Amino acid sequence: MREKFLPLATVGVPLDRPNVDTDAIIPARYLKTVRRTGLGEGLFFAWRYDAEGSPRPGFPLNMPEYSGGKVLVAGENFGCGSSREHAVWALMDFGFRAVIAPSYSDIFHNNCLKNGMLPVTLPAGEVRSLMDALLAAPGGKVEVDLSGQTVTGPGGDVHPFRIDPFPKRCLLEGLDEIALTLSMAGEIDRYERERRKATPWLFGDLAG
Amino acid sequence: MATLFRKIWDLHAVKSHGADALLYIDRHLVHEVTSPQAFEGLRLAGRAVRRPGAILAVPDHNVPTTPDRASRIEDRESREQIEALRRNALGAGVALFDISDPRQGIVHVIGPEAGLVQPGITIVCGDSHTGTLGAFGAVAFGIGTSEVEHVLATQALWQKMPRQMRVTVTGGLLPFVTPKDVILAVIAKIGAAGGTGHAIEFSGDTIRRMTMEGRMTVCNMTIEAGSRFGLIAPDEVTFAYLKGRPLAPSPGHWDAAVSYWRGLSSDPDASWDREVALDAGALEPHVTWGTSPQDALPVGGAVPDPESHADPAERARIRRALEYMALSPGTRLTDIPVDKVFIGSCTNARIEDLRAAAAVVKGRKVAPNVTALVVPGSGQVKKQSEEEGLDRVFLEAGFQWRLPGCSMCLGMNPDKLKSGERCASTSNRNFEGRQGPGGRTHLMSPPMAAAAAIAGRIADVREVVR
Repeated sequence: MREKFLPLATVGVPLDRPNVDTDAIIPARYLKTVRRTGLGEGLFFAWRYDAEGSPRPGFPLNMPEYSGGKVLVAGENFGCGSSREHAVWALMDFGFRAVIAPSYSDIFHNNCLKNGMLPVTLPAGEVRSLMDALLAAPGGKVEVDLSGQTVTGPGGDVHPFRIDPFPKRCLLEGLDEIALTLSMAGEIDRYERERRKATPWLFGDLAG
Repeated sequence: MATLFRKIWDLHAVKSHGADALLYIDRHLVHEVTSPQAFEGLRLAGRAVRRPGAILAVPDHNVPTTPDRASRIEDRESREQIEALRRNALGAGVALFDISDPRQGIVHVIGPEAGLVQPGITIVCGDSHTGTLGAFGAVAFGIGTSEVEHVLATQALWQKMPRQMRVTVTGGLLPFVTPKDVILAVIAKIGAAGGTGHAIEFSGDTIRRMTMEGRMTVCNMTIEAGSRFGLIAPDEVTFAYLKGRPLAPSPGHWDAAVSYWRGLSSDPDASWDREVALDAGALEPHVTWGTSPQDALPVGGAVPDPESHADPAERARIRRALEYMALSPGTRLTDIPVDKVFIGSCTNARIEDLRAAAAVVKGRKVAPNVTALVVPGSGQVKKQSEEEGLDRVFLEAGFQWRLPGCSMCLGMNPDKLKSGERCASTSNRNFEGRQGPGGRTHLMSPPMAAAAAIAGRIADVREVVR
């Protein structure tokens, strides 16, 4: 079982940049861990700290007004680049539970769903207005209701969003997807037998 | 009628719900960085690896590229990851090309070399550049660690059918214009998110004339346009590449395999969600100036002026990129000096890439103040290069000649840029800090990177060799 996704009512943290890549979210030198935990310290490292290691005061994650926020609001193509799931683990370790953006890279989007983190896609104009509101009045609250599929902005503005039924159910119930697929092992066995007949050259052992 | 992608997809659907399918996965590559948590997840849940014989493991991301690496790896965390991979592979009965195996190398280079990447298969790896392998007419895609664990346990994966895009490239390439320039031009045209949610099939006479190495370079960077899947229909070039490789179909199966492979192409009346055409006949060598792979221009160009853009978001993005790259609008690209040159990565470290770079380097010297390194994509590429004398060409010019690995593409091993250093690189990403914190990356082809090493600045290779 994974953690269930619960409704959020939290400070919204604006990150007003497009194409935030996973190298920026978590630099490669933090990927040398064999664990999923503790990655929050490397989150957005080059943007959070200067070359001497001092926090950059203007970066939202360093501003007290935004501290404790669990929802990140970002620009388009969020999470592009490397497939590193460490990006999601770092965001979650830091405390984030949802991202709101106009679009995501496909791999990052999948990685969020596998870890109980919600990637909310809203039209660019609506993300812009949320971003502007959070920048203009830091500390503004954002509510995310997955059951009802709505985001409520600091001004009470309600934004409906779409999500496929299966990932929605997995998030709400904290389902273990591997267990679900393992329950279909009979069908996989059957497929494998047929495929072995059709393309026998694909069933040698790579280890020889 | 169906696209090639759709045909392979349907052949692998164990079951489907609307656009979602449980896809059977024929082959699975794993490396040391994105797999330890997946194996640990299996252990914690008391689950076994379902089909160890379908998996190949290799350490590549954080292996040092210096000769003493087999006996000593300074970095404790890197060493632990490499040891974990070894333990996990041996424990599960998974094939392993370990650090001192002559077949070790970058995962996307060694899979094809071994002959295990074949037309019509599904193949995954916990690495975004897995699309490289679609060059064989396969559904090949990068996945996250949770999905790696899912494939280890079930040999299958739930996926949503992507939309279908065709990129048709036509025209003969000019001398010193390479597949890297083709893909940089495609990304510049459709944008870093232009392929998101799509599979991209590359077609057209330019692609047909490319070798497998060139086709892999093109498919490698589809992820830089947002697409997880690049693919190219197999043909005689594909079959000739595969014939005789250790893990290719055995002689007893070869004819049946080839006849199966010949049926793998998109129907002429297949429907595409998006079509893009690129006339490559007049294409120039390309170089990136910014911090997104879409920021590529012909080498004769100049750094763009953010103020010339109507869109305020794009103005802000370019301003920020120029600030990071320490470049001023209007500077000619060929006036930008470089500190380092990196020839390597899963994009451009195959034998043809090294031959093309060596042809430029031969009889010339690396400019003073430039550190230049060549990191072959695999032990096989290294060996073949040495048999052809390419290592001598590079060494005599002042390049370093290293052992295979991902190296300075992503700065996980000791090969990285220092803050403020500028690099001409044959890799795939020019993101902020990608090659080391504060490092500045200009992406280009192997001959162009070789030319930059000689000139000490970004240079038009055609002028360097004149």
